[in-house]
Amino acid sequence: MKRRFEVLVSLKPGLLDPQGKAVEGSLPAMGWTNASNVRVGKHIELTIEADSEEAARAQVEDMARRLLSNPVIEDYRILAAEEVGR
Amino acid sequence: MSGRARVGVVTFPGSLDDRDALRAVELMGGEGVRLWHAEPDLAGVDAVILPGGFSYGDYLRAGAIARFAPVMREVASFAARGGPVLGICNGFQILCEAGLLPGALIRNRSLQFVCRVVNLRVETSTTPFTSHLIAGEVLSIPIKHGEGQFVGSTDQIARIEGEGQVVFRYCSPEGALGDEWNPNGATNDIAGVRSEEGNVVGLMPHPEHAVDPDVGPTGGQPIFGSLLAELLAGVS
Repeated sequence: MKRRFEVLVSLKPGLLDPQGKAVEGSLPAMGWTNASNVRVGKHIELTIEADSEEAARAQVEDMARRLLSNPVIEDYRILAAEEVGR
Repeated sequence: MSGRARVGVVTFPGSLDDRDALRAVELMGGEGVRLWHAEPDLAGVDAVILPGGFSYGDYLRAGAIARFAPVMREVASFAARGGPVLGICNGFQILCEAGLLPGALIRNRSLQFVCRVVNLRVETSTTPFTSHLIAGEVLSIPIKHGEGQFVGSTDQIARIEGEGQVVFRYCSPEGALGDEWNPNGATNDIAGVRSEEGNVVGLMPHPEHAVDPDVGPTGGQPIFGSLLAELLAGVS
């Protein structure tokens, strides 16, 4: 069974995010003066073929921890596993 | 044993400074040995350099994919046996991703790629790459990177500082620290660190571009000189 996953990777809260700061700094110039705390992260989509939902999710957890994110500087979240076909 | 120490330089897809590193080794009197990312074999070298560049396009994170190259298993066991390993720029990023060095390197505070000569203060002589230097000495060496801001968790930084694992800091020509001398926002002006045992060192600046007086500063000479002298002393 194939399932689709999304992994969101973000810089840990304590770390300065220069990309987020740059985006935040440019928003007022376009008239949006009420936006703050902008953080830029990564969105990774992938499909896993596995026997069960649990096995697929455990594998994505492992991938997120060991490759998709760097635990020194990043947090990750795994979103909606959705069956996409056989 | 011949009179020349053999120093391996790994080429990854996207490495840029492998040839300069080999040339620097040869200029300083060693024998440069080309190593290939896909070969799990270090050819019996006495030391290993992971050079600068953009391995695997720096996709995902700088160094994140290169750390899984077949040669890296050999580099890790070589390091575990006490073999000297130097990571320069992208090589430093790879060593951090591989867990052979603490911390991580993120986008420069300025968001800009920085390419210029900086001053580095030597913080410790307890590595094979700084053994012939004295703490407090200032070296002139170029940097060229977009992701060189050294960071770590609060605990990690405290441990690095407490255990004397900082090898180089960005500084003024006289060796003073200050924000104006820090080119990328690195925590505590850290430009290079070592492993707990001291045999693995990573730094963002490029000593291999600073060995030939005809083309620029020569702050890289004592780094290669220390290594080669250590290796020869060890094998004679």
